[in-house]
Amino acid sequence: MKNCEYQQIDPRALSVSPLSAQIHTEKKEQRPRRKWEVFPGKNRFFCDGRLILSRHSGVLPLTLGLIVVTCGLFFAFDCPFLVKHLTVFIPVIGGALFVFVVISLLRTSFTDPGILPRATLDEAADLERQIDSSGSSTYRPPPRTKEILINQQMVKLKYCFTCKMFRPPRTSHCSLCDNCVERFDHHCPWVGNCVGKRNYRFFYSFIISLSFLTSFIFGCVIAHITLRSQAGKSLVQAIQESPASVVELVICFFSIWSILGLSGFHTYLVASNLTTNEDIKGSWSGKRGAEESGNPYSYNNIITNCCVTLCGPLPPSLIDRRGFVPPDEVVPAASTASQMELPHFSTKNDVNMCTQSTKDVLERMINSGSQTLCSPGPPKTTPLVQGLPSTAALSPEPPPSAGCSGPLGRRPTDSRCPLFSRSSEKESLHSINPAFRLASPSPSVTRTAKTLGGAADVSFMPLQPGSVGDEAP
Amino acid sequence: IRPDHGFGRISVFIQRDYSSGTICKFQTKFPSELESRLDKQQFEETIQTLNNLYAEAEKLGGSSYLEGCLACLTAYTVFLCMETHYEKVLKKIARYIRDQNEKIYAPRGLLLTDPIERGLRVVEITIFEDRNIGSAR
Repeated sequence: MKNCEYQQIDPRALSVSPLSAQIHTEKKEQRPRRKWEVFPGKNRFFCDGRLILSRHSGVLPLTLGLIVVTCGLFFAFDCPFLVKHLTVFIPVIGGALFVFVVISLLRTSFTDPGILPRATLDEAADLERQIDSSGSSTYRPPPRTKEILINQQMVKLKYCFTCKMFRPPRTSHCSLCDNCVERFDHHCPWVGNCVGKRNYRFFYSFIISLSFLTSFIFGCVIAHITLRSQAGKSLVQAIQESPASVVELVICFFSIWSILGLSGFHTYLVASNLTTNEDIKGSWSGKRGAEESGNPYSYNNIITNCCVTLCGPLPPSLIDRRGFVPPDEVVPAASTASQMELPHFSTKNDVNMCTQSTKDVLERMINSGSQTLCSPGPPKTTPLVQGLPSTAALSPEPPPSAGCSGPLGRRPTDSRCPLFSRSSEKESLHSINPAFRLASPSPSVTRTAKTLGGAADVSFMPLQPGSVGDEAP
Repeated sequence: IRPDHGFGRISVFIQRDYSSGTICKFQTKFPSELESRLDKQQFEETIQTLNNLYAEAEKLGGSSYLEGCLACLTAYTVFLCMETHYEKVLKKIARYIRDQNEKIYAPRGLLLTDPIERGLRVVEITIFEDRNIGSAR
């Protein structure tokens, strides 16, 4: 079916086919980019997008280092003695705990905490339209809150200016990572990532297992020194024989207070289905006093709350890090009139049959429309989404009618009418022109710069319209 | 004023319905832009089925707890080889949307976009207009 549709397009595209062939070869030369490479938040990605970390990775190396060093010292200096005098299970248990702690830590750090992808320009424009039509006379920023009823309780949803959407309940915008995170708990510098819906259980198992580990090591080291000093030596002598134990003692002693405290606190949060964010802000406690029903998300049952938070289904990552950026996504960089695009012939997305057929309809429309559209003056460049500072950067350039008419692409610096823009310098303007962006009928998600000819630095436009306004996390 | 970004393509967004909490659920209110194209009943049926499927994905019950506990015991490494229940249902949802597009929406010049591509924020329905809008500019 796809082949048939391709043929249907061909007769129309004959006039542009030499260039399109050129474009195609160029497209092939250009490596298709994955979405993580153009992600707008402040994150770092490893293993080709499989692992995600915050750019403010905090003291994660320190955390790992402390754990590894302490356990290393424990296994090297305390275990031999303890195995001899007590039992061989001590290093076994210690080893198991250590492995569990490290895996939980790595899982917490490298898992997407529940980042919400930013709204596409379409959505943002639609939202704004709805808000404007609901009464505000002047063109000002969308109202910041929307009240909804959840379990008979009024909850305010805030509008996120960076992500251009109303935040779902319990979602908060992390200023360090510049992302909206679902069920945002806090940004933990020790793990170098936000703690949110998707990695809260890993975080919790990390701190619980770390509590056990530090308590275990603490206990074993105490036992070690006690046993040594019992065998007729003084305490000082025992310590001198095993100086590493002192180091471990100190580390564990200071860790235990904080880790145990944190574990206790988070156990309370889990049992009442709260997040650190809500607890600190007093979202529910202030209003309803001691009533449990203050929190509309709680099931009012400790066991259920625990099960839901820790053992509930794990939602998948919404940001699709390893997906490919659709090749039809064009940055409508400059305001050149000819920045139209032919609907792409090939797509990396799973475009199903229906999409192809409807696109076909649209392709025919565009083909007929593009000739007329290229020649007249600069098209609509009205920024549809207010608050995008980059749209101000749109310079109304003279209509590149030359670029549109006849054989397309005679002027490489101008974008060619119906094809992808090659102007890398224009693409670097970081401007967004929604009027052009949506020429493609493809329903695929986001738009990025089409980097032909290796303009390596073209940024990801539409999801990062600049940080508009202040954003409180 | 329609945001006529392109050439006869308008998108309608069905927003999330948070009245039952944070579960994934979409509003079933029939948008006025679709009135000429689609039956209200069909639309509601589609959205309701989607809501039910998402509820199934997020269902809390014996099997999901078991999955969670197993994952915890294996230090969450089990998901490296196994697909979560949620992911299985997402695949089901993708199939359902494909079916709906083929049978109901595409013949009417509409296109339903899988909400997962929009971060589960909205159900986007694209309306392809048939008029020649070249002259409209």
